[in-house]
Amino acid sequence: MNSSNKIVLRVEGLKKYFPVRRGFLQKVIGWIQAVDGVDFDIEEGKTLGLVGESGCGKSTASRLILKLLEPDEGKIIFRGRDISRFSQSQMKPLRKEMQIIFQDPYGSLNPRMTTGESIEEGLRTLGVKGRAERKARVENLLKMVGISARGADRYPHEFSGGQRQRIGIARALSVEPSLIICDEPVSALDVSIQAQIINLLKDLQARLGLSYLFIAHDLNVVGYISDTVAVMYLGHIMEYAPADELYDNPLHPYTLALLSAVPVPEPDHRRELKTLSGDVPSPLDPPPGCRFQGRCPLVEDRCRKGEVGFYHASDNHRVRCWKVLGR
Amino acid sequence: MRRRSGIEEFWHLLKQNRLALTGLAIFLLFFFIALIGLVQTTGTNPTFDPAMVRLQEKLLPPLSRPNLETLRPEEVPRLGVYLFGTDDLGRDVFARMLQGAWVSLTVGFVAVGISVLIGIFMGGIAGYFRQNHVRVDHILFLIVLHSGVVLLLLWVRPLWAALVGGAVWGFIFSFCWKKVWKRCQLSGWLNILRKEAISIDTLIMRFVDIMLCFPSFFLILTVVALLPASMYNIMIVIGLTSWMGATRFVRAEFLSLREQDFVTAARALGVNHWRIIFRHMIPNAMAPVLVSATIGIATAILTEAGLSFLGFGVPPPHATWGSILSDGKRFIFDAPWLTFAPGFAILIVVLSFNLFGEGLRDILNPKLRERY
Repeated sequence: MNSSNKIVLRVEGLKKYFPVRRGFLQKVIGWIQAVDGVDFDIEEGKTLGLVGESGCGKSTASRLILKLLEPDEGKIIFRGRDISRFSQSQMKPLRKEMQIIFQDPYGSLNPRMTTGESIEEGLRTLGVKGRAERKARVENLLKMVGISARGADRYPHEFSGGQRQRIGIARALSVEPSLIICDEPVSALDVSIQAQIINLLKDLQARLGLSYLFIAHDLNVVGYISDTVAVMYLGHIMEYAPADELYDNPLHPYTLALLSAVPVPEPDHRRELKTLSGDVPSPLDPPPGCRFQGRCPLVEDRCRKGEVGFYHASDNHRVRCWKVLGR
Repeated sequence: MRRRSGIEEFWHLLKQNRLALTGLAIFLLFFFIALIGLVQTTGTNPTFDPAMVRLQEKLLPPLSRPNLETLRPEEVPRLGVYLFGTDDLGRDVFARMLQGAWVSLTVGFVAVGISVLIGIFMGGIAGYFRQNHVRVDHILFLIVLHSGVVLLLLWVRPLWAALVGGAVWGFIFSFCWKKVWKRCQLSGWLNILRKEAISIDTLIMRFVDIMLCFPSFFLILTVVALLPASMYNIMIVIGLTSWMGATRFVRAEFLSLREQDFVTAARALGVNHWRIIFRHMIPNAMAPVLVSATIGIATAILTEAGLSFLGFGVPPPHATWGSILSDGKRFIFDAPWLTFAPGFAILIVVLSFNLFGEGLRDILNPKLRERY
């Protein structure tokens, strides 16, 4: 990776297992390996796209980075400091640095607060004194995301989904963060609105120098906004490469399958669909070996035995598969 | 267009909600009547004398006229007619209803207010902190703190001295906790005090279960037997023994609210716990609590009635709606007005408060407001 760029967030070997309890005594009968050893870097002013099917641990990873969940293992290094063992009170000053935008624009705003009040919550924790000062800042933030200042007195239900997503972005920006985790921010929106939100995010990145962790399951969207892409499957990262490289030269069978499922806007385009059979298996006590073994078209015996490590296809292209180097 | 201020907006919305407005009007009317009753039924020569016994006039139906020949002039009711009839001792039911209105209304509202406040507090803590564990010494701290306050309240009179004493005790004890206990190193077996014992949710909800196991009426009886019988003690005791339902409601609401994205967003912004609970969660959890509170008012009025019936309530001859009702039960076929008058009064108060409560719920919910 280009070492001249400053790394905002580095995640190393991040793990989170959730216990599954059953019965009268609530005995632990197994562990859901939601995030199982994830590593990635986010550079200053850049976007890392995190792609994967639902239930693969993308959202859990985002909650772990924000320390809304306690990680079991691994390091979360934010601007040179490992915050993975920080207590909630130690996290307090860092909360302003990292913010989150949610998938569901209907659930992410308090229905009993006006948008102005919701955004003010951030300004309060930032320590902005004075009602007039806060009001002015709220209007500024709303303007920044393309909502008129009058919107500050309105309630969330008076806005459309796209507008609410903009308000969610304004709330995240209220504490002047440097890293924003976008947890599927466009998945719940219409395609035309998706483009607007994506462009807004790109625009804000250019103006404010934000770094994004962009979580999505739509490869088109991720490819458009990301500088680097990590493909995740059942708690593991399967392929990790710069966006152009990943789209031009996908190596992991899972990435190939995902890319072949992306619709292409050309009516004459004929392609070979590499449809995957079956569903994502349960992350409850997965078998040893490669996580993808159950659905992989190229599966061999050795995939079912030892853990598969990363192989470097090139300097900054890592793949968790034997097949990369033709071996 | 100018935005209305909060109170203007509230009033505007209330005016549009006819049922809620009616409920509020009726409720205010009753409150006014209760105030009149408070003034006009007390003193040496009250306008309406609820204690005047006229045995020759007993069990007269409503609107019947007194027999002027058998009554002394001061025994004749001031209105010249028994509006709600007379009871088995020939007392004017109307005067007794007036006298009881204040006690019944305040018992209903104060008791429910206390129980809802406790319910929100306990349910909120249980639902919000949920799986956070408390240590053995935390529990001991709470037990000692509270037993100190309760002992002061029981033994020290007047009441304000006990409250001041309680506050001083709480302050000193909390100070010792923070500055002394938290800093001292424990050795060996004493470390068991610092062990995480039980989750907050389990602690509170099992306590609720324990409280629900007591037949609450007998619990109230026990406490009332220990305390001097007065209207205020009864309100407090009824409130302190009926908060479990509200706690469960609030906890259930909180459990679903805490998983919502806007709460996560508030946590990510670094908003502190109490602000999240009070600004983000409680306003969204109030609807079922308000509804159960309106029903709780009727229950509280009737609980007070039962206590009065057994002689533990407001001491006779002071009338309350409940005591008129339970006294009248014996004559339900001969003199139905004895049960109907207080019964209807309770019904109307509860109904009007219910309507107002529902209207309030709608007004406070921004989604049901119309755009303008």
